[in-house]
Amino acid sequence: MWRSANALNALLLVAVVICALSVVTSQHKARKLYIELQKQKELAQQMDVEWGQLQLEQSTWATPARVEKIAARQLQMQLPNSGQVRYIRVEPNGRANQQP
Amino acid sequence: MNYAASAHPDITAELPGWRATALFVALLAGLAGLFGRGTYLQVMHDGFLQEKGNARYSRVIEVSAHRGMITDRNGEPLAVSTPVESVWVSPADVEADSRQVKQLAQILGMDVEEVKNRLFDTSHDFVYLKRQLPPDQAGKVASLNLSGISLQREYRRYYPTGEEAAQTLGFTGQDDNGQEGLELALQERLAGKSGSQRVIKDRRGHIVEDAGSLHAPKPGSDIVLSLDRNMQHLAYRELESAVRQHKAKAGAVVVLDARSGEVLALANYPAYNPNNRTKISSQAMRNRAIADLFEPGSTMKPFTVATALEIGKVRPDTMINTEHGVFTVGNKQIHDSHPESMLTVAQVIQKSSNVGAAKIALSMEPETMWQSLADSGFGAQTGSNFPGEASGKLRAAKTWRPIEQATMAYGHGISVNLLQLARAYTIFANDGELKPVSLLKLDAPAVGKKVFSDGTARALRDMLETVVQSGGTAPLAQVAGYRVAGKTGTAHKLEGGRYINRYVASFVGFAPVSNPRLIVAVMIDEPGNGQYYGGLVAAPVFSKVTGAALHALNVPHDAPLDNVIAPPEDIVKEEV
Repeated sequence: MWRSANALNALLLVAVVICALSVVTSQHKARKLYIELQKQKELAQQMDVEWGQLQLEQSTWATPARVEKIAARQLQMQLPNSGQVRYIRVEPNGRANQQP
Repeated sequence: MNYAASAHPDITAELPGWRATALFVALLAGLAGLFGRGTYLQVMHDGFLQEKGNARYSRVIEVSAHRGMITDRNGEPLAVSTPVESVWVSPADVEADSRQVKQLAQILGMDVEEVKNRLFDTSHDFVYLKRQLPPDQAGKVASLNLSGISLQREYRRYYPTGEEAAQTLGFTGQDDNGQEGLELALQERLAGKSGSQRVIKDRRGHIVEDAGSLHAPKPGSDIVLSLDRNMQHLAYRELESAVRQHKAKAGAVVVLDARSGEVLALANYPAYNPNNRTKISSQAMRNRAIADLFEPGSTMKPFTVATALEIGKVRPDTMINTEHGVFTVGNKQIHDSHPESMLTVAQVIQKSSNVGAAKIALSMEPETMWQSLADSGFGAQTGSNFPGEASGKLRAAKTWRPIEQATMAYGHGISVNLLQLARAYTIFANDGELKPVSLLKLDAPAVGKKVFSDGTARALRDMLETVVQSGGTAPLAQVAGYRVAGKTGTAHKLEGGRYINRYVASFVGFAPVSNPRLIVAVMIDEPGNGQYYGGLVAAPVFSKVTGAALHALNVPHDAPLDNVIAPPEDIVKEEV
């Protein structure tokens, strides 16, 4: 009687100690993972910010006013007047029909 | 050895019994004290203590949420918030030698003396050294590693289109809250709500555990406007060159999608650069197309004629006696600059005859005319929800005297804003249906309100097309390859209740006539170069904007490319 009770107690004690230790380790692991998560979140946010800045930059470089200025001044381009434009109309039967 | 014997037996005997009792009581009292204190701390004072304990490792951190982006209808950004750093100082903690101060001033581009003053101004706990630094400068400040100087993340709004849409978009203040324009109107939806979170930090300041979120952060929503960036650019470019060419005070252009009532462009000149608002005048800040009222002049005539057509008072070919250009109502005279004896109703529109319009108006009951103008959206808000929108003035029909009814027929004694006027022309472009305007992109065209019958709207379209043809007031409004229609307006300005010799030139029209897609309204305020007629000042802007916009939208031609006739030397001018 006493013997088996003692054995059970000892067993339970070991189990409790193991549980306690595993709580500690999993807590530690959880914290480590959380730090990792936090880092990734921060990275995501940084990338988000960068994405916004790149969008802004792209949009600023591509403003119609700037494109127009470069086309007209640097590349010496100009809008064709109506006499210089040929319109090609696609008929319903798929044939192209050129008009002056 | 017998120790007992060597001790003094009498001393042992003399030890009184009360000492043991006293000691026992004292120990008991101590124990009771401990228990009491323990109970007090554990049961009654535990909240405070736990708080103190948490304070050692748990922190509440702010989770910032940024303001939503504003984009045009194609997703091109028009207003974007991006983080910047502000440098702040806690003067009591500053430790910096003069070399470091000099370095700091150099990075910030500030005067050394001023930096010194702010750094060592111990009367404040918190001083901003410089706000909204670009990230690279902020990085340099951080690398100086001075104690007492910290960076704070803030958001700054950037507007890639610069002045082109400045008054329409508006701007935000230092704290990224909307102050003007759509930024203000859409504040609720754009604004982000920063949240807070409780976390556990370790000794090195790393967050190791999330102890629960207090308020979840809510980033602002992105908003898609109805504006088209390319069209906005076209409108602004042509407006700017016209205002400069005619040495005008100001001007505005509105481009509407004729089918849906969406605003595709809304440009004002003069303008300002919203990215750099150090020099900004209230003149440049006004969104004239929405917030300013003017007397529209002859651009109102189509509504007079349409009302008369609708109730069957006239037909397009009804002859009107235009009295050789002088018509007396009460004790006032109405003039035409191109005196004719007889004109058809269609010609009244084409040649913009004031006498003809006045006569048509006087053939109707004031209530009928008032109702029709009110139904066309005059004297009421357009539904754009733009802050500071002026609704215009349309006086009650009961108060109209005959002369007022006559002048209202050609747009005097009534005030409108340009957006309202452009919107009213959706009636002619949409077979009699008035569309609500929208500055936000719509998924489906808004349902309008039928004001005139299909027949009336079509008859007016035909009449308005003759305005740009030979014999009309606006041949300069023609567009190669497209049929266009519209109406000129030239009006004296009112100052202190009197008409003065300064003018507002306007043109409102739509294209292509066979299937209207765009409505373009142009208003030029006080052209100062000798020319002031709507057909000479505003119509060319209409032509350029409409032509380029139709090309940009890939609208098929509905006229041969050689449809543009050279305007005659002497364009028919309207009386103002």
